[in-house]
Amino acid sequence: MTVRPLPWLRPVLYALLVGLAILYLLPVYVLVVTSMKSFAEVNLYRMWDWPARFSLESFVHAWAGSETQGFRGLSHNFWNSVRLGVPATLLSALLGSLNGYVLSKWKFRAADTLFALLLFGMFIPYQSILIPLVQVLRRIGLYGSILGLIFTHVVYGIPITTLIFRNYYATVPGELVEAAKIDGAGILGIYRYVVFPISLPAFAVVMIWQFTSIWNDFLFGVIITPRPAVQPIMVALNNLAGSYIVEWNVQMAGALLAALPTVLVYVVLGRYFMRGLLAGSLKG
Amino acid sequence: MTQNATPTRVAPALAARAVRRGGRGPTADRLISLLLIAPSLIVIAVFVYGFIGFTAFASLTKWNALAPDFSWVGLQNYAQLFSTIRFQIDLRNTVTFTVLFLVVCLSLGFTLAVLLDQRIRGEGLFRSVFLFPLALSFIVTGVVWRWMLNPGSVQLGSTGVNLLLEKVGLGFLKSGWYTDPRIGIKAVVIAATWQMSGYVMAMYVAGLRGIPEELREAALVDGASSFQVYRHIIVPLLNPITLGAMIILGHISLKIFDLVVAMTGPGPGFSSDVPAFFMFETTFRGNNFAQGAGIALILLVMVAVLIVPYLVYSLRTETQR
Amino acid sequence: MRQIRGLTVLSLLLISVMVAPAGWAGAAKSKLEIFSWWTAGGEAEGLAGMFTVYKKLYPNVDIVNATVAGGAGTNAKAVLATRLTGGDPPDSFQVHAGLEVQKYDPAKYLEPLDGLFTSAGWDKVFPSGLLTLLRYQGHYWSVPVNIHRANVMWYSKKVFTDNKLTPPKTFDEWFKVADALKAKGIVPFVLGDKEGWEAGHAFEAVLIGTLGADGYRGLWTGKTQWTDAKVTQALNTFKRMLTYTNSDHAALTWDGAGQYLIDNKGAMQIMGDWQNGWFQSKNYSGYGWASPPGNAGVFDALSDSFSLPKGAKDRENAMNWLKVAGSKAGQEAFNPKKGSICARTDCTQSLFNAYLQSAAQDWKSNALVPSVIHGAAAIESWATKYKDALALFVTSGDVAKTQADLQQACKGAGVCK
Repeated sequence: MTVRPLPWLRPVLYALLVGLAILYLLPVYVLVVTSMKSFAEVNLYRMWDWPARFSLESFVHAWAGSETQGFRGLSHNFWNSVRLGVPATLLSALLGSLNGYVLSKWKFRAADTLFALLLFGMFIPYQSILIPLVQVLRRIGLYGSILGLIFTHVVYGIPITTLIFRNYYATVPGELVEAAKIDGAGILGIYRYVVFPISLPAFAVVMIWQFTSIWNDFLFGVIITPRPAVQPIMVALNNLAGSYIVEWNVQMAGALLAALPTVLVYVVLGRYFMRGLLAGSLKG
Repeated sequence: MTQNATPTRVAPALAARAVRRGGRGPTADRLISLLLIAPSLIVIAVFVYGFIGFTAFASLTKWNALAPDFSWVGLQNYAQLFSTIRFQIDLRNTVTFTVLFLVVCLSLGFTLAVLLDQRIRGEGLFRSVFLFPLALSFIVTGVVWRWMLNPGSVQLGSTGVNLLLEKVGLGFLKSGWYTDPRIGIKAVVIAATWQMSGYVMAMYVAGLRGIPEELREAALVDGASSFQVYRHIIVPLLNPITLGAMIILGHISLKIFDLVVAMTGPGPGFSSDVPAFFMFETTFRGNNFAQGAGIALILLVMVAVLIVPYLVYSLRTETQR
Repeated sequence: MRQIRGLTVLSLLLISVMVAPAGWAGAAKSKLEIFSWWTAGGEAEGLAGMFTVYKKLYPNVDIVNATVAGGAGTNAKAVLATRLTGGDPPDSFQVHAGLEVQKYDPAKYLEPLDGLFTSAGWDKVFPSGLLTLLRYQGHYWSVPVNIHRANVMWYSKKVFTDNKLTPPKTFDEWFKVADALKAKGIVPFVLGDKEGWEAGHAFEAVLIGTLGADGYRGLWTGKTQWTDAKVTQALNTFKRMLTYTNSDHAALTWDGAGQYLIDNKGAMQIMGDWQNGWFQSKNYSGYGWASPPGNAGVFDALSDSFSLPKGAKDRENAMNWLKVAGSKAGQEAFNPKKGSICARTDCTQSLFNAYLQSAAQDWKSNALVPSVIHGAAAIESWATKYKDALALFVTSGDVAKTQADLQQACKGAGVCK
């Protein structure tokens, strides 16, 4: 892009950006600085103060737990979230891709209505369906396990993943599919040889989005997997807070540890996210 | 898009497969297409619509103990809800929050996108800074912003943002934030905007990049100022994105729960209470499942009012394209 | 194509990775799943202490400590509700002794423990006031481990000595002290009500101080009407007290507010005796304790207890757990760490700190009243309405409306006419 429609002074632009960036990073500063203080030093009124004594003990406590203080650490649940997040994201993306493909390239009369009905599922408040959800999951034997969590997340991820893929595939010219049909390909073949290979940007957006929302989920994790051994990390993080007493430095350290994977995903893969958006997957 | 596999390269492989398969006809394809989406449809039918039906039914009963009691009471729960002060405040809060959140988040996201669109150095770095809050869980965000927007006190001095404002000489901007019942949920807007503006920014950056150069150049050549270019050409072209972002943000704000729980709780005089939180408490703390179901239905209706027209509009404009 | 194959293989691998451990659950140790919301601090330590006692007696049992934090137990209650109705109850779960047990529909989901109480001889070792609290619909449904006192007025010794004041015994004295302190820029009445229940908690003490033990008890049995003039007086007193609190009370939880006392910037806080445990964890010893005005000789009690759900998978282990919970060894392991006193009257007092020893004395001699905020005095739906009415009162100051709401709540619970 050669034309810059806003020929402001470059320094002003940079100053504005740097200023905004600092504002955005203020909460991170508080998180990091608090997590490096000891419990006695943690004080609401001195939150901006640099730690008098740097200590990584809160990270150790947050990760490994503390037998004496009686709380579990995040390490075990971290791996639970990995075993939950990776398969769920992959399955969810694949399902959304197939759905989006069918609903955009193989339209039948009811396709748009069905799509709208599918999409609406994204908007229900999850607190309201917890009781029937548990009962159905129990009946099909998925309650209390990570497999059940995967199932739930895949189910409730169908609307958003289908939306993204359908919008993305809508930008793929129909002629491509037509040409392949003329060449004698069937629906699955076209997917495998024509559509799937060009789906990478949409997969990037969907997988980043889904991984983040699954990793950050608390409600399903706490209800569907009540046994601590299989709970995902956000539930464990919430448990670092006691019912009456909260160790702020450990909680902040835990929050940092729990946020690390998703933050890394956005920082490292952010450009693929942007590229996916550019390729039209989330346009309206 | 250079990523499209050229049909010519793919065709032989496909043709070969077609020959091997014996050439499946279009009706077989029709069947397969239905089979492919059938699992999703079935699952959504049960886990979304089945559950909505169950919730709707429960809201019309007298279920207020652990053991279900499905005796019919008609619309009594709803009547009771609308006359409960807490719920009235909740509804007001929801409207305030949604409107404010949409306006602020969209404006900020757009501004950030415009700034980032100026071909600056370190664009990747800035983008990461604005985008990364999206990676955080609402619980983490709530915990941090609870501290940040804690006003401190007359006796112990200011803290958080108030302290910073004092230090840079902007002390007059200090306020009670979420401890002030007149502000309440508006303080939560700040935290929510911090978290979601990156998403809006990303959408607008993508949208801006999609606007052809020639359009801008032509306008500038015609003597328009850059501001006018933005106002009359670029912003209207971004309408689909604005609409899409409004829908996503809107539905998040109607269902907002984790953030409120972690950040403010119900707040003084329920000034930061939201229906989703009331629903959770009344269902699982007060055991009032029927009332909780009623709140859920009302939430659903509010969301539907927002979403359904948009869906209809977007699908209609699509068929026009 | 290669991508699809690769992805499929990857997915199958991953799925098999997680299914595998689930399938191999077998190794024969029997289990005991204890459900609570004691996730950190003294409470978790106390629980761990009881686990140690249990493990010594039953070494072949694997204890699963299933905890859910947050929302002052609301998250845990959500999980419990889904588990109980879903037919997957834990072996034992934490419940406040008293009418809170009603919310779990005991007749349907819990086992009565009358036999256990008799065989373990607990009817001799628990005070009768506690036994009355525990009985619901004629049965005992849970075993109490501890007693907490809700009506304690913690104060900063330094602030009082510096200002030559003594802890007030009546409300008139209280306001004189408060005025003196306010003039000096010290917060007389420290409050942290972010979680919504602390105002209702403090108001219990005001009710007790205004109506006396019998009058207060009558509020929950229908003997005292909520429309009584004394209730109006209590509300007005509380309203006046609220003009002496810290301005940021809505942003602080009760422990955050306690910082005022530690910093000698605040004088008095009405809070339960878990405040004692928190002060200790902050290495603060400059605090004193007294009965709130008018509360002398009255012990506002709440108790944590463990129940036995019907259909518990490891019923025998659960019964043994309940026996440990009610035993001298178990309670002595639990309470010093938790910062509460034993429900039993025969625990060794030297294990406890100064405050707890004095509390144990009061427990034996004072008039006992049940706390409503903490699940003893009323069914939970009523307690929630009480809590919400008081939370609203803090900002609205509307005495008439709040009193009407409280009376309505009583009617809604079927106690008042």
